[in-house]
Amino acid sequence: MASRKEAVMNAVKNEIALTNAQQLMNSANERCYKACITKPGTSLSSGEQTCLSRCLDRYMEAFNIVRRTYMTRLSKERMEDQANVI
Amino acid sequence: MAHIYLQKELAVFLEKQQAEARLHQSIHNFTGIWFVPCVTGTPSTRFSRGEESCLSNCVERFLDTSLFMVRKIEEQRSALENGNGKFT
Repeated sequence: MASRKEAVMNAVKNEIALTNAQQLMNSANERCYKACITKPGTSLSSGEQTCLSRCLDRYMEAFNIVRRTYMTRLSKERMEDQANVI
Repeated sequence: MAHIYLQKELAVFLEKQQAEARLHQSIHNFTGIWFVPCVTGTPSTRFSRGEESCLSNCVERFLDTSLFMVRKIEEQRSALENGNGKFT
């Protein structure tokens, strides 16, 4: 019983992690295509490839900055809320 | 009996996972929205100070806006309840 419970929980966690990764890839793909491929040619030029790999790195970094700021703010608001209650 | 406990535990777990997923969803949305105006020009090997602070300012001001709106609506609602029914 316990092992089945674990299995279900892990499956849910994996599913969510997968969705997250897919979403990150989709939006990075969309934004970086717009930023880097201004004139689509017959293949990806090396310049475009450099741009894309930098863009992907920057997108991940941007995601982390947004997450960090959001989380910091969230815990700050929560703390103020608690202070108000007390 | 054990069955009911298990169901409850799973419900709590799912609730927590869903909340986390919602949080992630909004972070995804925010990143998507602000990447374009904040990261100008071709992406370089690292963020400039300006780009980084643009992103965090966007988050902070967005949340300020959200709180501001809620307070405003609250004010209007209580004015409506206490007063003569006129919006201020």
